[in-house]
Amino acid sequence: MSKDIVDLITASPSARNKKRKLNGKEKFWLIFRYVSLTFIWFLVVMPIYVMVINSLKGVKNVYLTNAFKLPEKLDFSAWSVAWNGTDYFPQAISDSMTRTLFFVIQSSIISAIIGSINGYVFAKWKFRGSNIIFTLFLFGMFIPYQAIMIPLVRLSTEVGINKSIYVLVLAHVIYGIPICTLIFRNYYESIPNELIEAGRVDKASMIRIYRSIILPLSIPAFVVVLIWQFTSAWNDFLFAIFLTGGSPKLSVATTALNFITGSSNQIYYGVNMTASLIVSLPTLVVYIFLGRYFLRGLLSGSLKG
Amino acid sequence: MSKQLNLNKRPISSKIGGLLFVLPSIITVIIFVYGLILWSVNVSLTNQNSGTKKETEYVGLKNYTDLITDERFTHSLGNLVKFTVVFILGTLVTGFIMALLLEKGIKGEGFFRSFYLYPMAISFIAMGTVFNWLLNSARDEEAGGLNLALQKIGLGFLQNDWYVSQNGAMFSMAIPAIWQMSGYVLALFLAGFRGIPDDMREAARVDGASEAQIYRHVLFPQLTPTLLTILIILGHISMKVFDLIIGINGKSYVTQVVAVYMWEATFDQRNYAKGTAIAIVLLIMIAIVVVPYLRYNSKQQAYR
Repeated sequence: MSKDIVDLITASPSARNKKRKLNGKEKFWLIFRYVSLTFIWFLVVMPIYVMVINSLKGVKNVYLTNAFKLPEKLDFSAWSVAWNGTDYFPQAISDSMTRTLFFVIQSSIISAIIGSINGYVFAKWKFRGSNIIFTLFLFGMFIPYQAIMIPLVRLSTEVGINKSIYVLVLAHVIYGIPICTLIFRNYYESIPNELIEAGRVDKASMIRIYRSIILPLSIPAFVVVLIWQFTSAWNDFLFAIFLTGGSPKLSVATTALNFITGSSNQIYYGVNMTASLIVSLPTLVVYIFLGRYFLRGLLSGSLKG
Repeated sequence: MSKQLNLNKRPISSKIGGLLFVLPSIITVIIFVYGLILWSVNVSLTNQNSGTKKETEYVGLKNYTDLITDERFTHSLGNLVKFTVVFILGTLVTGFIMALLLEKGIKGEGFFRSFYLYPMAISFIAMGTVFNWLLNSARDEEAGGLNLALQKIGLGFLQNDWYVSQNGAMFSMAIPAIWQMSGYVLALFLAGFRGIPDDMREAARVDGASEAQIYRHVLFPQLTPTLLTILIILGHISMKVFDLIIGINGKSYVTQVVAVYMWEATFDQRNYAKGTAIAIVLLIMIAIVVVPYLRYNSKQQAYR
């Protein structure tokens, strides 16, 4: 198998160039690269910068004309308004945030367990037709969910689950099966078959091999899948808006934010920016601390190991 | 233990065992992916519409043929094509430039790379809120946000109406999308560049090739498979675009795309037959791009 894709990305070859002294032309290109990289860096950081500085200007003093200016004095009032709400800004996001956290954690854990079992079978216990079935699974990860949404909404209404946040747990678990299976399968493919054979020689059953050989080796893949499912369910808007029907009792982070910023609160830009920032924080924190695993999940969507 | 065991010759029980463990997932996928798609197709062939109290009956392909003459649908489709072209080209070029700047390795690469990739951790809805504000159409003295920033850096002539007028609407939707997805292209190209063995560069250098020639004739041809992957990933993301548009401009006509129109038909017009027909058209468009890729991929897997 080829080298791991994330290792390729993060393996900077700078070390081998270090020894030589640069001539004039090479110096020019080095400076050119740094200038360009810095310029792009400013563009990339800009929206977050706008969110952060405008969340510190208070509720009233935020105008588009000074959107890029630093606050004259720090004022955290927009944070408490966005989080708790007030009389003129009734949509607090605290409830939606806790609700999202509650359902996202559950759906990620269930998805990871299912993905691990599926991945184990598709990588190490192939049966007749398993490759075709696996490809049919993968198609489920590329479909536009609109194509199943109307029947899904009807089904959930008939079962009555649309009144509970578990409708989103189920949706993310079900439609997460393909990607979670893929990530685990690719990971288990890299585990040498000899380990399984050793277990088989010892007459261990399939489940036994999974429990005592595969599972202890699976932690990195679990982290990747947990993070991937966490991020995609947290950032999901499509399932949330269709399956909860925009009901405020079931609003999650994205639907609440969309309601806030799409409603008549357009004048409170500071609060809007703060709410966007708060909603983005959990996934940003995950990215900052576990970026490698995040990247691996992201790239598995391209079907490359 | 060194004895060779053929993994394909397993006892029957373990083969069935494997199937048993994935069976619940297989059934779930069959029902919730393929079953519900068929259900959608079925609805799209009827006149099901909760706005009217008529009996539901089959109308054949009427919902599909109606779409052809539906001005809002063709408008959405046209918008989607514009968006797709600008988004794919923009993301490809930006991501490729980022990869070119980084691929040789540079001090501080980790710093730049981490920042370039963070936008993908943030939701389109949250980013949409920011861009909804920054892409304000006021110009010159009243300008704020991006128009003001353009003035400040001496590019005042680039000031734009953004998503307010039809001309630049899809272009201004593509800007945040490019902003968000360039990192993805960067990551894939970077992996592509670094997967090329160093010997190839060295050999070309020994043969007296200039740096530019090495890129053009040695490195770029090696990136063709990466490019193909990127095009397919970006293509299917682009056709599905929904949150981003809703986040910035809601359901407004000027920026409406197919997925947004499907939502409107379903929720506002309560016309489920039309909603499913639009969704199935979208599914077919995406399948045309994705299915050949999946087939190619599964053949590759078989050779491993």
